[in-house]
Amino acid sequence: MARPRRIRAAMALIATTTLLLASACKSDEAPAEAELFKNPVTLTWWHNASDAGPGKDYWQKVANDFHGLHPTVTVEIEAIETNQLQRTRIPAALLSNDPPDIFQAWGGGEIIDQVKADYLKDITEATKTEVANIGSATGIWQVEGRQYGLPFRMGIEGFWYNKKLFTQAGITAPPTTLDELKTAVTKLKAANVIPISVGAGDKWPAAHYWYNFALRACSIATLKSAALTLKFDDPCFVKAGQDLQAFIGVQPFQPNFIATVAQQGAGSSAGLVATGKAAMELMGDWNLGVMQTLAGDNWKTMRPDIDWFPFPAIAGAPGDPKASLGGGDGFACSKKAPAECVEFLKYIVSPAVQKGYAEINVGLPVAKGAEAGVSDPTLRTILKATNEASYTQLWLDTAYGSTVGSAMNDAIIAIFAGTGKPDQVVSAMKAAAQK
Amino acid sequence: MTTTNPTQSLADRAGVRSARLRPAGNTTRAARTRRKWYEIVGLTTPAVVVYTMFVLVPMGFAVYYSLYRWKGVGPPTEFVGWRNYLLAFEDPIFRDALWNNAIILVGSLVFQLPIALGIALLLNRRFRGRAFFRLLVFVPYVLAEVTVGIMWKLVLIRDGSVDAILKALGLGGLVQGWLSDLPLIIWTMLFILTWKYVGFAIILFLAGLSNIPDELTEAASIDGASWWQIQRHVTIPLLGPTIRIWMFLSMIGSLQVFDVLWVVAAPSVRSLGAANTMATYMVDNGFFARLWGYGNAVAVILFVISFVAALLFQRFVLRRDIQGALTGAK
Repeated sequence: MARPRRIRAAMALIATTTLLLASACKSDEAPAEAELFKNPVTLTWWHNASDAGPGKDYWQKVANDFHGLHPTVTVEIEAIETNQLQRTRIPAALLSNDPPDIFQAWGGGEIIDQVKADYLKDITEATKTEVANIGSATGIWQVEGRQYGLPFRMGIEGFWYNKKLFTQAGITAPPTTLDELKTAVTKLKAANVIPISVGAGDKWPAAHYWYNFALRACSIATLKSAALTLKFDDPCFVKAGQDLQAFIGVQPFQPNFIATVAQQGAGSSAGLVATGKAAMELMGDWNLGVMQTLAGDNWKTMRPDIDWFPFPAIAGAPGDPKASLGGGDGFACSKKAPAECVEFLKYIVSPAVQKGYAEINVGLPVAKGAEAGVSDPTLRTILKATNEASYTQLWLDTAYGSTVGSAMNDAIIAIFAGTGKPDQVVSAMKAAAQK
Repeated sequence: MTTTNPTQSLADRAGVRSARLRPAGNTTRAARTRRKWYEIVGLTTPAVVVYTMFVLVPMGFAVYYSLYRWKGVGPPTEFVGWRNYLLAFEDPIFRDALWNNAIILVGSLVFQLPIALGIALLLNRRFRGRAFFRLLVFVPYVLAEVTVGIMWKLVLIRDGSVDAILKALGLGGLVQGWLSDLPLIIWTMLFILTWKYVGFAIILFLAGLSNIPDELTEAASIDGASWWQIQRHVTIPLLGPTIRIWMFLSMIGSLQVFDVLWVVAAPSVRSLGAANTMATYMVDNGFFARLWGYGNAVAVILFVISFVAALLFQRFVLRRDIQGALTGAK
């Protein structure tokens, strides 16, 4: 009696497996090389501006405008929350035979992997003008000298600070060296203010301290080769951890920082600055928008006090003091996307569209000719600093890819928690590279 | 009291009906058997197909992927055998996750059982507003896990309402880093899980209690037993099967717990091993560190541990109950 049942089950198993295989091996037809804008095409576009707001509205407008210019092209947008988009949706879609045509690309280690798997369209020839106009930031979306994506947003990070609290604590100018920063911390503590808030609960905001110390401790050549080879034998990486440990020793952060999140609620690290409880936060250019949301009605009174200064130099450190840590967002076209995809990508990074992007205040534009769209004085400072940086190192967890990046951040968090040591960060990164 | 396999009895009944419809003597035993099998296959095929497609096939794939060093880019090609499994057990953070699962498993049983039993016995007595209180204890269980997580996160956050209440009561000295003091966090999580799931145990126990005939307790009280003696020697022993089934469900739930910890604990404390479980470790490593092969290995470990725990529990603890249910009194 058990036998027929087992046979049926086995048959069902075989049937479903065949079904799965059949759907996975759908015929591999190459897109007909049609002339541009002759045949109607539909571009699917996945971006991460999933929250209702100016960002999402603007991308819709860009898609509509492009359709207006080229009526044969229809753009279908899917806006997906960024973690979901990056961690599951895009990888799964790329594994399938039906990826979106144009989608969010974070550059760095991730794009290297995607290019190796032959997922992305080589856009080197088609985008020469755009690459020249955007400049060195496009390097993040290059693999072995070929271009696979273009950024639409880019910015370096630095300290957002409260001028009023600085004055009250007797600090006359923003710190330019690490020693001055430490002195400022001491003065702010004496004035009963939280010197620096850090969203260590989310890991990456804390890890960025280590990245900045590494940027100061390591030469640019070392950083560049580490991103390519994932070898971290240079002692400067241990030095970064030691510098971080020494800095944490000054106790510059809010109590319970290990579980403080970065961006949600008044108790978050951005919230502490936005409500005037903390004097500084190390964060990217997007922090202005985050603080504005968190401060709510009080933003009008808070805004004049908020300003920005770059991560200070470290006396005697071998790293370039004008080098900055930063990152951006870009888009890439999948391998089989129609040629119109590249045209749409070029349209997104064109100066006019970039200027409109700058005007909605969700991020700094990358294209030359879009600067006029940035009206906020602090954002203009950051834009200037971004353009003047001698070298912009991409966020290390993006540059080294998710696997090494994740292990690195976890080990840095252990230093913040007081359980980890500087050399353990390096050993964790080395181990992860083999995982 | 005859309890038989429902599929069996359904097929039997169908067989009897078909026999009646046909002219007598025309139905052979073989035809009846065939007919019965058509019905069994017809009724079970949808379930078997769905179960195969969404449970067995993915499980097979998980085992397959777990043997590869694979980051979800391109098809898996780098076969590494059991390496991912070894790496998992070598990782102190994974061992922390196992330990946290154990704390939640044992803690849930130890704390929820007396609380749920006490409240169930209390709510089993007749008093005004009983239905209201029964509803009240069940509310946390009905709430979505994420809702519960966000709520407790807001309540337990530094300078949140718990801290404020303690300070207002003059108990400021008891204020803790409920969500940031590393050794404490797992106990905070256990508290939230207990709060959330104790209602489920209470409802199960109340259902079990309602099946205990009044005659037994009445007989005991006529014999002079006190209320406590009746509970201890009559009610609780008769509630045994219900308690054991609840223990089983609680145990499996504890091994697989994910959502409350994911929402309440900051990513940092998860990666420090203070509030992670096998399931959160799997997502952190599989998706966030993009170790798809490794994540699958963790998934298989989680499955095997749950499966073995379930089998052992059924074999040694539930055996009597299941036998009773299936064989019954013939």
